[in-house]
Amino acid sequence: MKRLYLLLAAVFIILMLLPLFLDNYALGIFIMIFFWAYVGQSWNVLTGYTGHISLGHALYLGIGAYATTYLAQTFGLTPWIGMFLGGFIAVAIALFLGFLGFRFGLRGVYFVIMTIAFAEITRLVVSHIEALGSFTGIFLDFNPSFYNFQFRGNIPYYYIALGFVVASLIAVRILEVSKAGRFIVAIREDEEAAQALGVNTFKYNMIAIAISAFMTSLAGAFYANYIFYLHPNSLFGMSMSIELILRPIIGGLGTLFGPVIGSIILTPLSEISRAYFAKGGLEGLHLILYGVVAILVVLFMPKGIIVYVKRLLEPILKLSRDK
Amino acid sequence: MAVGELSFELGKGEVLALIGPNGAGKTTVFNCLSGFLPPDEGEIYLEDRQLGGLPPFLICQMGMARTFQIVKPFLTISVLDNVMVGALAREKSTATARNKSLEIIDFAGLSAWTYKEAQGLPLPLRKRLELARALATRPKVLLLDEVMAGLNPTEVDELIALLKEVNRQGVSIFLIEHVMRGVMALSKRVVVINYGVKIAEGSPEEVVKDKQVIEAYLGKEFLSAQGS
Repeated sequence: MKRLYLLLAAVFIILMLLPLFLDNYALGIFIMIFFWAYVGQSWNVLTGYTGHISLGHALYLGIGAYATTYLAQTFGLTPWIGMFLGGFIAVAIALFLGFLGFRFGLRGVYFVIMTIAFAEITRLVVSHIEALGSFTGIFLDFNPSFYNFQFRGNIPYYYIALGFVVASLIAVRILEVSKAGRFIVAIREDEEAAQALGVNTFKYNMIAIAISAFMTSLAGAFYANYIFYLHPNSLFGMSMSIELILRPIIGGLGTLFGPVIGSIILTPLSEISRAYFAKGGLEGLHLILYGVVAILVVLFMPKGIIVYVKRLLEPILKLSRDK
Repeated sequence: MAVGELSFELGKGEVLALIGPNGAGKTTVFNCLSGFLPPDEGEIYLEDRQLGGLPPFLICQMGMARTFQIVKPFLTISVLDNVMVGALAREKSTATARNKSLEIIDFAGLSAWTYKEAQGLPLPLRKRLELARALATRPKVLLLDEVMAGLNPTEVDELIALLKEVNRQGVSIFLIEHVMRGVMALSKRVVVINYGVKIAEGSPEEVVKDKQVIEAYLGKEFLSAQGS
């Protein structure tokens, strides 16, 4: 374990220094790596750890983005606070969804359908609310300042996104070794057995979905003030819900570093191929590339790339010696 | 209705066996007791507290733990982590739960597997894990659903010794069992049900002589084995 912490510290220091050497475009790719790693981690808390599959996590991302932006534009509230208010709205909706699902025993595909339905309903509702820009969306004004969560150049975004990832890794690690985290994993492995061992599965399912929704919605605030354009179809849509689950699946579901590893592999591939294909007039072809990568990983590495990364690093880290 | 009129009592520190032919409703009785299948009628008392209608996790926390006939290990986590889930039903701190779990793993004879994933365990050890997890919740009453099924005679004897020790430490045991060797060795009293109704109750020796029981459950094979 000690060696793992040393390695992580070294990587962290390198990442802290990286902006000194990279241009804006390269930083942009790193920002997206961090962003998707963070969002993937947020989704991983629910689906990776409890096993309840959500295909509607775009909902929480969208709520975070819209709530922060609305509060900033209407009341001049700084996104630094607005994102937490958005987080509470996301938690409220997630708890309602969770109540319906966990209280009434909606499992498997039925739970999945409900998560999709919630996201789709929200997409349609937002598309018809004038104050939220209806179906044309919202353009954010660019007023760079720390208060506005808007910056010139990519360096501040880089550090914020890195902060998000580091914070999420620490938070999920704390969760993993806590009583709640252990119960949540037990639920994933066998919900009935967990109940028989005294685990209030309803309560811990609700805790997991609340944490997951809250974390996801914070990323929405970042998205809004980095992309500067909110559109209900792109934020609440099915393609967003799928986009944000690919990295943890490829990296390794229900593992701490899975989403990060998945993002390191998939995000540059996506960013570079998107730009490359778009130049050739083949917009969207990168999605096919995604599909191919996802299929290959699921076929040949069903537990995610993390298994191979672990094996690769074993001679350096000697993780198995701990036991 | 799988189980109709059925009434019995388990004394403190006692080992009571529930037997009956396949489909008699034994597991249904367990599901009622442990809260997985709230009874439509009737009452369940643990000491002086009514348990009927409570969710499984509360029943466990009140001191009645169960195992499952078809074992349900948490496959992708270690044996220690499996047992810790049970221990955390009682312990606030994960450190204490960890120590308690290590003791129980040792007691259950699973020490060599402590840090191995549960999916690597063969069936006899999975049964032990099931038992260890239930013990970790520190039950007053232990409901064991066919923990001996699928074990060879040596393994059955080992498990009997283990369960005797559990019982000696003050845990009352209520077991469903088809392995008569286990029933005979552990319990002084047996309840026999068929079609959800109690047809006999008494010591194992009495019960196996009961005409109705022989007819319903043990059948001709047992009679010929007895040489009568």
